[in-house]
Amino acid sequence: MKKILAIVMALILVAGLAACGAKTETEPESTSSTAAEVKAPENPVIRLSTTTSVNDSGLLPYLLPTFEAETGYKVEVQSAGTGAAIQKAIDGNADVILVHAKASEEEFIDGGYGVERLPFMYNYFVIVGPKDDPAGVKGSADAAEAFDKIDDTESKFVSRGDESGTHKAELKIWGDDVPDAAEDSWYISAGQGMGACLTMASEQQAYCLTDKATFLSMQDELDLDIVLAEGEDMKNTYSLIAVNPEKIDGLNTEGAQAFIDWMLSDEASELIAKYGEAEYGVALFNLL
Amino acid sequence: MESFRQAFELLFPPDKELLQIIGVTLRMSFFSTLISCLIGLPLGALIGSKSFRGKSFIKKLIHTLMGLPPVVAGLIVYSLFTHYGPFGKLNMLFTVRVMVVAQVLLITPVVIGLTSSFIESASKPVIETARGLGFSGFKTARLCIGEGRSSLFSVVLNAFGRSIAEVGAVSIVGGNIQWKTRVMTTAIMLETNKGKFSFALALGIILLIIAFIVNALASFIVKEVKDD
Repeated sequence: MKKILAIVMALILVAGLAACGAKTETEPESTSSTAAEVKAPENPVIRLSTTTSVNDSGLLPYLLPTFEAETGYKVEVQSAGTGAAIQKAIDGNADVILVHAKASEEEFIDGGYGVERLPFMYNYFVIVGPKDDPAGVKGSADAAEAFDKIDDTESKFVSRGDESGTHKAELKIWGDDVPDAAEDSWYISAGQGMGACLTMASEQQAYCLTDKATFLSMQDELDLDIVLAEGEDMKNTYSLIAVNPEKIDGLNTEGAQAFIDWMLSDEASELIAKYGEAEYGVALFNLL
Repeated sequence: MESFRQAFELLFPPDKELLQIIGVTLRMSFFSTLISCLIGLPLGALIGSKSFRGKSFIKKLIHTLMGLPPVVAGLIVYSLFTHYGPFGKLNMLFTVRVMVVAQVLLITPVVIGLTSSFIESASKPVIETARGLGFSGFKTARLCIGEGRSSLFSVVLNAFGRSIAEVGAVSIVGGNIQWKTRVMTTAIMLETNKGKFSFALALGIILLIIAFIVNALASFIVKEVKDD
């Protein structure tokens, strides 16, 4: 499929750029290197495909300078929804992914694209909503109960609707009772990123399922409160997966491994566990 | 080829959601084009046919606005219609109507600019004749519009093309809400963000087909009118 896509693109866009990105033969240097020197890696660029929540929360800009200074690698971060983040890796445009949607991750591994799924940190999704909480969500036992209340009162709810990790988590909570955006006018399927959805929820005084980090970073501009946090069904697990060099060529496998090793090290763990305390008074991510 | 196959499958039989999205797209583009032409054609003709003090300043201003980035237009309209904005009480944010407002802001300068430079260059003889006959500015403008119908028609189509292809402004003020404000371009953006690149391209192909049909229909109608 990606080859066909590449051909179509090439036909339409003339420039060979798109075609190369999808299916070039590897530059020999990147695969022939045997033991990369820690201090001066032969292929210093690591392409990390990750979700907006990890990048926008500031975690990566906080961690990467330390990793880069210690190893000499340079991490190029591409952030998009989990669906797109994974697709980029399948298309051969990333060496390692950091995402949060278990089912899609397992599909990625089953397809042979990923080496191993390494869950390493988590946080909780939170439900945010109007300050007067018209659906009475506060005090619910878990997100499923909260969603039932929103459904019963037909209170406005903004859904990501973009197949991102957050959207998939939301669908899992609805279970078999996913509202139909065509009929239930209170259910707003926005098809946009987390920030845009929170802004919309604030404008429309609607409820929204969000990762805590993005909400805290935008809180000052939003007319919303956290109405439910830390239900058992709101756990949000992040995993690292190196892209499989047997399936995709042109990868910086050594770089991907070095990045994963460092992210799982005690040093990185300490940094992650502390992240957010200075700015928000709470840690944004917990280690597994 | 995958994208062409997907485009075909979406159209035969037509997908219900796709039809709704096409409907919103056409509605939005039609009204934005209509309103911006109602404002822009007479203004452009007036600016093009008359000479007055400050004309070169106004022309510079219009040419600047012709290059207004859609995202900026979107932000301006957003801040006007946001809940606490000056028009927040109208409750128009995230509706097709406010998308038309943003489009009109974007397209009207283009219509004015193109019309006035067309009138200026192509209609000199008409204007001179009109002056000789002592016509008023408005009457001269009307005469110019009548004479250069086909060129002005391309101005209208240009406006429509901009409107149907725009994504930055409409996603900010419309919000890309499913079954409500989602248009072809924001749907393409969404599929791209989902990582479904070939499906996104299929939607792009359909958008091109729609634009082609609209152009063909419009020139057919104009031809009929002319022949009458």
